[in-house]
Order: sequence, then structure tokens, then C-alpha cells
Amino acid sequence: MALKLSVRNVEAGYGAVRALHRVSLELKQGETVALLGTNGNGKSTLMKCLMGMVRPTRGEITLDIDGRSLDLARMQTEEIVSLGMAMVPEGRRLFPKLTVEENLQLGAFRPVARGKLVKNLDFCYENFSVLKDRRRQLAGSLSGGQQQMLAIARALMSAPRILLVDEPSVGLSPLLVHHTVSMIQQLKDGFDLTVLMAEQNFQQAIRIADRGYIIVHGEIVFEGRTADELWNNELVRSLYLGG
Amino acid sequence: MKRGGTAFWVGAVLAIALAVLAALGIQNEYYFFAGYVVLQFVVLATAWNILGGYAGYVNFGTGAFFGVGAYTSVVLIQALHAPLLVQIATAAVLSGLLGFGTGLLTLRLRGIFFSIATVAVAIIFETLIINWRYVGGATGVQLLRPPVIAPFDSYTKMLFVVMALLAVGAVAVARYIEASWIGRGLRAIRDSEVAAECNGVPTLRLKLFACTVSGALMGAAGAPLPMYMSFVEPASTFNLSYSVSALAMPIIGGTSHWLGPVIGAVLLGTVQQVVTVTISSELNVLVVGVLLVLFVVVAPGGILGLVAKLRSARSSARAPA
Amino acid sequence: MLSFELLPDAIVLGILLGCFYAAVSIGLSVAFGLLDVPHVAHPAFLVLGSYGAYVLGQHEWDPLLSGLALMPAFFVLGIAVYRFYHETFERRGSEAGVRGLAFFFGIAFVIEVGLILVFGVDQRMVEASYIGSSLTIGEMRLPLRMLVAAAVAVVLTLALTAYLSRTFTGRAIRAVAQDEPALRLMGANPVRIKQWAFGIATAASALAGAMLIIVGPVEPSMDRVYIGRTFCIVVLAGLGSMTGTLAAGLILGISESIVLTLFGASWAPAVSFGLLLIVLGVRPQGLFGR
Repeated sequence: MALKLSVRNVEAGYGAVRALHRVSLELKQGETVALLGTNGNGKSTLMKCLMGMVRPTRGEITLDIDGRSLDLARMQTEEIVSLGMAMVPEGRRLFPKLTVEENLQLGAFRPVARGKLVKNLDFCYENFSVLKDRRRQLAGSLSGGQQQMLAIARALMSAPRILLVDEPSVGLSPLLVHHTVSMIQQLKDGFDLTVLMAEQNFQQAIRIADRGYIIVHGEIVFEGRTADELWNNELVRSLYLGG
Repeated sequence: MKRGGTAFWVGAVLAIALAVLAALGIQNEYYFFAGYVVLQFVVLATAWNILGGYAGYVNFGTGAFFGVGAYTSVVLIQALHAPLLVQIATAAVLSGLLGFGTGLLTLRLRGIFFSIATVAVAIIFETLIINWRYVGGATGVQLLRPPVIAPFDSYTKMLFVVMALLAVGAVAVARYIEASWIGRGLRAIRDSEVAAECNGVPTLRLKLFACTVSGALMGAAGAPLPMYMSFVEPASTFNLSYSVSALAMPIIGGTSHWLGPVIGAVLLGTVQQVVTVTISSELNVLVVGVLLVLFVVVAPGGILGLVAKLRSARSSARAPA
Repeated sequence: MLSFELLPDAIVLGILLGCFYAAVSIGLSVAFGLLDVPHVAHPAFLVLGSYGAYVLGQHEWDPLLSGLALMPAFFVLGIAVYRFYHETFERRGSEAGVRGLAFFFGIAFVIEVGLILVFGVDQRMVEASYIGSSLTIGEMRLPLRMLVAAAVAVVLTLALTAYLSRTFTGRAIRAVAQDEPALRLMGANPVRIKQWAFGIATAASALAGAMLIIVGPVEPSMDRVYIGRTFCIVVLAGLGSMTGTLAAGLILGISESIVLTLFGASWAPAVSFGLLLIVLGVRPQGLFGR
């Protein structure tokens, strides 16, 4: 039953540009792990590798789930999603010409999630009342914060066991960021999720993390085994105060 | 560059001289009959390629511009007994305007809308002509050929030489455009219109220019048709096969260089003549369609592209390991 | 001066015609409106479907039944065509877009000429109990064949609209042109979704093609005028709008019917193309384009 995502020595890039250098990390069942880094340091690239959207040139990505051990580096995105991994992508990537409700319904595309559609939809509407009010509105016409909420809810509709969140704070006001991050924590507890969150807002990410990694220029430069270790790290202090 | 330029003009003059000599020497009218058709396609294919090959906007309605040119001549002959030169010039102007108008309406939109609009223009003009009794409507009109101008002894031979001149002219125009800043702009549009726009290329103006010139040349190609056939009717003049051929020939020959449409027109035109005479005219039309699909799928660079690949394969085979 | 008394008849007939035109265009609404495939060969597939119904009709098959029977075969054909298009052109970027367009144009042409070679240029018809008779309501005589075609059209449009909005695959089809990577994140394979949609669109063309030969005789070159009608409707509707297709169909049907009544049959083909040019010039996003 032990759920584990292992990344070992992954290298990846876009053409001649290398974005990740020998990245290794682990995600164990029930954790909230933070992946901290400022812009352009490889966070999103790593997330995309985990979801099969970017192919690593070297290294392994292994998912241990339900007694099986699966090599994610060779799988298609939709196959990975079918296993129970979901991502709230960078930039939200909603379907702008579909309504809020249609976006949510599409989130439950994978067979396992279809049976739970009604229950999960009700849950989303309860916890994101803003979405319920706007259920027939086109997703493209929502505000930034509402779109972020919809993106998270849509990811939850697939009834995932592992949730990847890629830079949820981008484009949101500080108050909204705080609210969004708190929401992620609540959903994690409520849905019994395992969460990996990539963020450049260190303070907010560490607030809900159990532990985390710091990535600079595509390399993991520090692993904090507790939230405090992360928070007290030199780099975090200098980047947070200096940035 | 200058060396290439001289070679081209020498070749052009030689080609015209050859055409004239043939007209004076060879007696069998059939060669001129068929040769006229092939040269006509050289003009149409070259004209098509200026917009289609260089800029990437596919014209499905060559028949419209060609037909407008032909019927301009019909009107001028019936009303004014205008000489051939006037017919050609007027046809070019009117077809050019048609190109400009069509472009103005649709070149702001995605490529497929321009293509559909060209079909629309073709059908609309065909419908207009069918309903216009002055030019014979659906049944068509018979025209009397004026007396032949010396030194030619047959009107067909004279038209053959005229079409040869038009062909050389069209190729010269295409060659000029291709080498100039206009051609560079058109290629930028073809490769990525958005990037071209961001780089300050006046995309709409260039597209309109190409569309106008293309239309004008197609109209010029159509102008001698009434005299060539002595009989014009809308169904065959606005025929879809002109549109398909004008599109197929550059694709088969190669769209990135002015030589491509010429090769495609000569090859395909000759094949068409042979098939029409030996088998049937319906099969000839099928051959064009099948070759078009084949080349589009298998050899997108056309014959010129295949030749280029062969050359680079051979030179890399010869290079030291 | 042609009498305006005929106008109410023309309008009613136009409504029936419009429903028929909408059904004929719905395959294109999916293929071009939703999937962005430059499917200028769509009308050619329609005509192919009508000839299929003709061939079955030679064996005493009712045309409507023929249309339904042809749908599975056309579904498979659609999947094959899309796969080929995708592998050869769609993957290779924008320059391939020109070639894709030329490809479909070539296919349409080959189909038309192929039909000419096999069946000749003469018009072909089928016979059925509802072809030739009319229903009289008050002062109007409504041709039964038009009623049948319109009814089938409405059912087809409603069924397709329901499919696209109420099923998972249907919603995925509507989403695929908006954001393909995001659709993958939902657990759906975009290529499979698109090929399924293209199959559906082509199957719809089989049924619509059967209606083509119910409504009137068919000949191989009909695809030319239907390029105008179908693209006019799809553009007027606004790309990807199914209900818009019905509305646009009605507008075109009524316009054509009025022109036919007032000016005669030789002007009718120009109506759709003229309307198309106007829409492209004035409001290219159509009525319901979002």
C-alpha cells in the first residue's frame, strides 16, 4: 500500500538548453513536499517530467503504487493521469470556451473518477462556493484567483492520490495566495492526498510543507528534512530577504 | 548574381527566338495547338506560385481569374474589335483588381478562408457569366478570328508565340519578385506570419501585392483564349481543372523557386496532352489529381526538392568520413 | 415581376431546406470548427455517401436505411483519413498546413473524377415512397422528401449536440482544440479523441449524403456548390457551435429559397458563396463564435 514517487539522477532540457542536472528527490505517501526555487530554475521542467510532458534524457522516475513499480519516464501523460497522479499546471491551462462545470466534468475523465463524479462535484461546489455561483460561466471569463481555484478543483475531480501543484501563487494577490495555499492543505487532509508543490513564494510553501528541496540552476542544492530545516537554511534566507 | 541574370535573359531571348522559328518552320498545326496549352499552364502555374509557393496562400480558384481574363477579351472583341494587345492588357488589369479585391476581403484571416473565398469567387463569376446573355450565357459565343499578321501564316501559330512571350514575361516577373525584398517578405510570411509581423514586415501589403500580380498574370493568360478556340463557354472556361492544374503543377515541380512551376507545367502539361490524345480526357484529369495527392504526401519539395536531396546525398557520400 | 404571393411558400420551403443544409454541414462543424482540420473534401464525402445510397438503392434499399447502413463504414473511413492527415501533415507544423489544404483539395478532386469515371456525369436518383408526394397543409404543399430530410436533420443535430455536451468524449472533443496538453492532464489522448471525432463527422456525412439524394438527384460535381453551402454555414454559425449550425442553416436555406423564387435557379448557387464572402468580410467570427 506504500505509495512512493522516486526521482533518480534525472537530466532534461529543451534542445540545447539543459534545464535539469542529476536531480533526485522522493515523495512518500501522505507527505506535503515543497520544491523551492526562483524563476527559471527548473521547477516546472521537473514537474512536467513527472507528468510525462517532458522526456528526461537520463535518469529514472519510478512510481510505486498498489504493489506495482512503474517507470513514468516512458509513459504518456494520459497514462500517468490514469494511475492517479494529477497536476495543477503552471498557468492553470483551463479550457476557456467551456463553462466552469464543463471544466470540472472533464477533470473526471479517467475511468476511476467517473464513478465519483457527482460526489466530487458536490464537494467542489461546497468548498469552492465561488465556482458554484459561476458554474455556467465560461472559464475564460473568470478572474485570476477564480481560475486558480477552478484549476485546483479540476485536478481534484480526477480523484487523484498524488497531486502536483506547479506555482499556484503566480499572478495572485498576497491574500489570495495565502487562501489558495491554505485550501491546498485542507484538500490534502480531506482527500488523503500526497502533495508536491513547486513554488517561488518560499514562505507560503514552507507554511504547509512537511519537508522540501531547494533547486537552483536545475540542481537540487539542499534537502530540508523538516519545515524548520528548510526555513533556517542560508539560501532560503538570502533568497527570501534578498529577492 | 549578375552572372545568373545574364544567363536568364539570354535563355529567355533564345526561347522566344526558338518559338518564332518553330512557328515559321514547322507545318503541323497540332504542335502549336498543344504547345499553346503547355505555355498557358506555364503562365498559370507561375502566377499561382507567386502567392501559393512564395507566401503560402493557396488559391483554389485560378479558373475565376483565368475566366475573367477570357471574358474580358470576349467583351472587348464584341464591343470594340479590340486588338490582342489591348485585350491582354485590359484582362490583366481586371483580373488584377479581382485579385486585389479578394485579397482585401480575406487575406486578413487564416489561409483556409482565403482559399474558400477563391472558390466562392470562381463560382460567383461563373454564375454571373452564365446569366449574362451579351457574352452568350451558358451556351457560349462564337467568335471570328481577325486576319493573321505577317510573318505568321496561321493564327494559332501567332498565338503560340504570343503565349511564349507571356510565359517568359510571367517567369521574369516571378524571378524578380523571388529575388527581391518582396520575395523575402513573402517567404517570411510563409514560414511564420506572426514572427514576420513582429519583425515589421508589412504582411498585408505584401500579400495583397502578390495576390494582385498573381491574378493579373492569370487574366493575361486567359485573354487570348477566345481567339485560340474561336468559341467560349463558361463551363469549360471556368473549369475546375484549370484550378487543380495551376495548383498541382507548382507542387509537383517545386514551389520555392521559379523553375518549379515551369518544370511542373511542361511535364504535367505534356503528360496531359498525351493522355488526352491516347486514352481519354477524363482520365487525364484524374491523373493530375492523383499526382497532386502523391506529391503533396511523398515529395513536398516537388521535383526540385528531390533533385536537391539527390545532390546533397551524393556530395555527402563523396565527403571524407 | 415575379409574384410575392409565392414568398410564404418559399420561406417554409426555405426552413425545410435550411434544416437539411444544417445536417449536411454538421460534419464540417466538427471537423473544421472543432478540430481545425482544413477539410475541404467534406462535401466530396457527402456526394460519395449519396452515391453509396444510390448503389444500395439499385438493390431496392430505402435511401434512409442506406444512409444509416453506411455510417459504420464511413466512421472507419473517417478515422483512417484523419490518422493519415495527422501523421503526414498535422505533426509537421505550419508549412504542412498548406500541404494539408492542398491534400484535401486533391482528395476532393479525385473523388469527384472517380465518381465521374464510374457513374458518368448524368444525374442519379433513388426511389422511395416519400419521394414524389407532398403533404398539404392549408394552402401549402410541402414535399414529403423535404420533410423527411428536415426531420432527420433535426434529429441528427440534436443527437450530436447532446453527445458533445453530455458525454465525456464529447466534452473532450470540444476541449481538444482549446488546449491539447491540458486535455492530456485530464487523462485523455488528444489524437484518439480527434480521430474519433473525425470518424463521427464522416459518419454524419454518410447519413447527410443519403439525404442529399432523397432531396434531389445527384451528380459528381455537386461538391463544388456544397463547399459554398457548408463553409458558409460553418463560418456563419461561428466555428464549433452546433446550435449555431442549425441557425445558420436556416438563414441560408431561407435566403436561397427566396432567391430561387424571385430570380430563378441559375442564381441559387451564388447565394451561399455571396453570403460567405459577406460574413468573412463583415463578421468572420460568425453569429455564435466564442
